[in-house]
Amino acid sequence: MKSFVLFFIGTIVFSMQGLAQADVQKKLQKQLILAEAGAVIEIPEGVFEFTNTLSLEEKKKITIRGKGMNKTKLSFKGQTDGAEGIRVSNCDDIVLEGFSVQDAKGDAIKTMHVNNITFRDVKTEWTGAPGPENGGYGFYPVQCDGVMIDKCEAMGASDAGIYVGQSKNIVVKNSKAYYNVAGIEIENSIHAEVFNNEAYQNTGGVLVFDLPDLVQKKGGDVNVHDNYIHDNNFPNFAPKGNIVASVPTGTGILILASKGINIFKNKIINNQSVSTGIISYFTTGKPIKDKLYDPYPSAISIYDNQFERQVGRPVSADPLGMIVSKRFKENTPHIIYDGIKNKALLDANGNWTAGNCISIINNTNQSIVNLDASNLFKDMAIVPNEMFNCTNK
Amino acid sequence: MVRIFSIGLLFVILINSSFKTNKPTYPENLSEWGIFEGKMSQLIPKKDLVPYALNTPLYTDYAEKSRLIRFPKGAKVDYKAQGVLDFPTGTLIVKSFYYSADQRNLGKDIDVMETRLLIHESDGWKAMTYVWNEDQSDAVLEIAGDQKQVKFINPQGIAQQVRYVVPNQNQCKGCHNSNDKMMPIGPSVAQMNGDFNYSDGKQNQIDYWKTHGLLKSVPDGDLPKAAVWNDPSTGDLNARARAYLEINCAHCHRSDGPAQTSGLYLTAHETNSTALGINKTPVAAGNGSGGNLYDIVPGDANASILLYRMKTKAPGERMPELGRNLVHEEGVALIQQWINEMKINKP
Repeated sequence: MKSFVLFFIGTIVFSMQGLAQADVQKKLQKQLILAEAGAVIEIPEGVFEFTNTLSLEEKKKITIRGKGMNKTKLSFKGQTDGAEGIRVSNCDDIVLEGFSVQDAKGDAIKTMHVNNITFRDVKTEWTGAPGPENGGYGFYPVQCDGVMIDKCEAMGASDAGIYVGQSKNIVVKNSKAYYNVAGIEIENSIHAEVFNNEAYQNTGGVLVFDLPDLVQKKGGDVNVHDNYIHDNNFPNFAPKGNIVASVPTGTGILILASKGINIFKNKIINNQSVSTGIISYFTTGKPIKDKLYDPYPSAISIYDNQFERQVGRPVSADPLGMIVSKRFKENTPHIIYDGIKNKALLDANGNWTAGNCISIINNTNQSIVNLDASNLFKDMAIVPNEMFNCTNK
Repeated sequence: MVRIFSIGLLFVILINSSFKTNKPTYPENLSEWGIFEGKMSQLIPKKDLVPYALNTPLYTDYAEKSRLIRFPKGAKVDYKAQGVLDFPTGTLIVKSFYYSADQRNLGKDIDVMETRLLIHESDGWKAMTYVWNEDQSDAVLEIAGDQKQVKFINPQGIAQQVRYVVPNQNQCKGCHNSNDKMMPIGPSVAQMNGDFNYSDGKQNQIDYWKTHGLLKSVPDGDLPKAAVWNDPSTGDLNARARAYLEINCAHCHRSDGPAQTSGLYLTAHETNSTALGINKTPVAAGNGSGGNLYDIVPGDANASILLYRMKTKAPGERMPELGRNLVHEEGVALIQQWINEMKINKP
């Protein structure tokens, strides 16, 4: 009985009756500002329209709960102010669950400097046709410690549907991402488990990137496993200038300059250009001036995955896709490696030192091309599997 | 049934009581603060408040601003060469936003939008904003923000209309933020090192503060001085552009500010050219890139994301994120010229 009472102490039911939409914004925002630790802010079933960002700042233990992602819809179609739908910053132990955020003008849900942020049964979507005018990120936790994304959906983001950047201790599971440029992206982040997700109809299914010039310099210890990553052939619609604009249409998984990445037991099916790519930052053609940045991928293990693709040329029209398409035509290999290695991690014979290799073993339909990108693709060729038969364990 | 009812009753009581304890301890009405004398909407301060101005102020939809500061009795602030002064506990900073009906006649027939207070409590700075009522007789504390339609004639004689947006309490901290702590943005020595028309005559503000015992340990010799963004006699193009970016952007775009995730740092003292945006690729710009590849392309302002974001009105793309429904044409012209005249240094 005691815990029952305690539960009610903090529950604030967001009542809507007789309120004009402008008042809905004010009322909910006021509740978010006044909420005390332990509060549960409930939003009923329905579509609610907002013109400004809803923000939660400097709070502990707050839950914002709707009746389910398909029942409680927060629409930002008429948004006139603020750069995201929902923003949570400088908080601890926040749970967002049971609602959808639609048509935000910038990012859908941004959370920054939050310890323990949970998204459960939340959907972010841009409801029209996917296009560059859609907002950048659906889920956008950045510089957070403790991120849980469970049973969520992301659709229509012009950058990444589910994006976790410069964060630590991350789980993305049981979620779906579709019709985004990038389905799921883990960027400059440490300790991430990405599993039991489905990424489909994106330009690229799952991206693991390390980029220069950021506060959290280096990601690592990222496990991507037991995901179903298929049919990611949607033409790239990212606005130019963004790093994902250079992701080839038809990418399953792309590893860019990351270290300590394990990709296993995934079904990687019908991603028609690059089933899985492993590239250095040099291959993006972008300048590097960050002296602390390591542009090379290393310590990558890809094993026990199932690769399939339909016979046909790569669907990508970008330079990388074109080069591969021209050379291999209908029989493009599944794994594309740019071949650019960090010499500091090689021994005298040019072999990887212990724990740093690119290991590709025991995958169904495994085939690998080395682009020889550093020599302008001069010796681009399909390479024997044995060359990647090493272990990082 | 009785049980359900009693739980419901308990719920109502607890919520009400928790809201009661949570009620802001600050006055509901601006008049209760005793800041102004005479007719409130004329914004004439009482004697214990010092008016001040900044060399290069933040642009807010062409609103005019009046700034006041009240020190705790007898308190002084230590001189500090860089950054906002470390004001003592008890300091009150007051900033009112208003529009003159015709900006060719500044200060005449004004329409006050909001008055923002920053109060230095023992546990840090607190922000609150009071929204002025229709008849301009008082302003009411509003934590959840507001918006107002306002019409004015600009200095060029052109009629303007703007949807003026009052930020909510959380949005205040979106800008007034250093290492996640609430902080004032404007009053630094460099920004106040300029003349002000006091009721008893024109005087340099630092001299005034020194002679009135507000500022102590002021060194001899030249003090830091921020350029006036639109006055070429106060600094060259670079100094004025950097002063403009510092006050308009660097409250977020700094290594300890809310936009640190972008890696774009626009403080006036930033020396890393990539951090300053030169040939820097964006991180999470989304459609804010405007289809451009780099934040600043030396010699080519129109290919620079920074200028695009100053020129666009789209929410989610425009910068600054708040208080900028109207493009600041003169600021855009300054930054455009600064980028165009930058030495070309291709990526």
